[in-house]
Amino acid sequence: MNATLSPRLLAAIFLTLLLLSFPSRGAAAPAAPAPTPTLEQRVAYAEAERTNSDPAPTGIAPSASPSHTAWMMVSAALVLFMTLPGLVLFYGGLVRHKNVLSMAALCLGITALVAVIWWAFGYSLVFGKSFAAEGAGALANAVSPFLGGTEFFFLKGVGTAPNTDYAFWIPQNVFCIFQLTFAIITPVLIFGASAERMKFTSVIVFAFLWFLLVYVPLTHMVWGATGFLNGVWNPKAAIPAIDFAGGMVVEMACGWSALVLCLILGKRRGFGREPMMPHSMVLASVGTGILWVGWYGFNAGSALAADGIAANAFLTTTLAGATASLVWPLIEFLQRGKPSVLGFCSGVVAGLVGITPACGFVDAGGAVIIGAAAGLISYLACTTLKRALGYDDTLDVFGVHGVSGTVGLILTGILATSVANPNLLGAAATANGLHAALEGHTLWLVQLKAIGATLLLLIPATLIITLIVRAIIGLRPGGEIESQGLDIHDHGEEGYTLNG
Amino acid sequence: MKKIEAIIKPFKIEEVKDALSELGIEGMTVTEVKGFGRQKGHTEIYRGSEYTVDFLPKIKLEVVLADNAVEGAIKAIITAAKTGKIGDGKVFVLPVENAIRIRTEETGDQAV
Repeated sequence: MNATLSPRLLAAIFLTLLLLSFPSRGAAAPAAPAPTPTLEQRVAYAEAERTNSDPAPTGIAPSASPSHTAWMMVSAALVLFMTLPGLVLFYGGLVRHKNVLSMAALCLGITALVAVIWWAFGYSLVFGKSFAAEGAGALANAVSPFLGGTEFFFLKGVGTAPNTDYAFWIPQNVFCIFQLTFAIITPVLIFGASAERMKFTSVIVFAFLWFLLVYVPLTHMVWGATGFLNGVWNPKAAIPAIDFAGGMVVEMACGWSALVLCLILGKRRGFGREPMMPHSMVLASVGTGILWVGWYGFNAGSALAADGIAANAFLTTTLAGATASLVWPLIEFLQRGKPSVLGFCSGVVAGLVGITPACGFVDAGGAVIIGAAAGLISYLACTTLKRALGYDDTLDVFGVHGVSGTVGLILTGILATSVANPNLLGAAATANGLHAALEGHTLWLVQLKAIGATLLLLIPATLIITLIVRAIIGLRPGGEIESQGLDIHDHGEEGYTLNG
Repeated sequence: MKKIEAIIKPFKIEEVKDALSELGIEGMTVTEVKGFGRQKGHTEIYRGSEYTVDFLPKIKLEVVLADNAVEGAIKAIITAAKTGKIGDGKVFVLPVENAIRIRTEETGDQAV
């Protein structure tokens, strides 16, 4: 890799990107001062803020609301907390002690990498909607269901004014940071499947390509204003599916890609012969607790406001996590008499994954059903299915995230209710058929179509990326190094030393 | 001089230490070790993957004594460490050629 990408070349690319970002800072023409609003207008404006609705009819230009903004800043921090240190502890504890730092390194490395990509072009390609500057009007229209735009490159114009395509009352830069934390955790999750046997350099190159070729288009399709799977907000959505907090974007994406990656990667040396136990269930259970708490930012934060939908998502998230965390260890108890700590942890994560697409669309009862289904089906996937098929998904990213994410999406189609979320009957939903699908009880079929479309992107793209990385720099460190552990070879450090 | 090496159940170390202290024995070394004898290991299950754990945690206690103190110490260890169940451990007695206290350079029984 060093031969083709010298540090000097990398520095040159970075500086070029930096310079490219400056011309965009030309001063915009100052807007003409708006006429002083009347008392009625100002009351209507305050009412719109309180209910998180569109302030446009009041005639006052939208500006950020302190209360909604405060919650979203906390939410963004909570979601980052899921990766750092949530996944460092959860994934780090579940691997053998010789690989604990390899998990910490990829959590930290991918966080840094994705943040810089997000600034340069990631955010724009997901949440922009215009390639017009390039003068390709017809092409841009054809592309817009699948990809964002160029207008926010280097976060040009992403300031404290709300982007009302996504949220009426929070600054666009807060929206951008909140979405960044999702863009970070999703690729990180994949590498639970390849843990203990994938080189760090390969992880980083894979993460870069996967982010660009899978995360960016998929997230635009599902959440972008012009995305073709965005049922709630895009009146032209061809498949008006619903995904509140990332059943497709995060859970299916990482889970199914993890399966493809670990199948090509092959099993760990000694898999099935040597004991490969978690080296610290203490770290793993602490990490699970952090994930659960962080998930409130993830799910309730996905309301993009401190409103009633967020409050409902907070409740449904709690109930689904708790239910699955009863179901998983209960099965263990019935089968073998011992409910395990890893059983509680796995149940929590499966339940939270299952409720992710649903949390803002279902009620409390729906959440318990989803939690129970996610706990049961992910348990079967991680034990029976994995043993039957014989693949080595080290930390069960497919069994937990891929399976419960997919199950959650289907159940969201069955259990979604406009009582929990009136936007299901909104103008966009009425225009694109979501409203009709909800009332006609066919939303689960729409969800199945969306799942199919997601898989059509995920599986071939991940397959190609994995093969490219394998061809260029290889995937595994090889032989002895894997037995010795990745920490010493890849990072020159040990997690636990006698003479520290 | 003899060295006593006793492998005992971890939760018995406090009782054994107290019993030896009552005999006036002033020093000992303990190590956390893993091993197995007749006591079988156990299985651990992580998400359906079952692993047999052969090596069980034990404490190894080492103490070097003058010949006349050895018999009393062995009795004290056995009394304190016995549960009567499998896995109580073993006591080994080894001859020791010499001992030197580094600070004073005393040797033999004076040093232990």
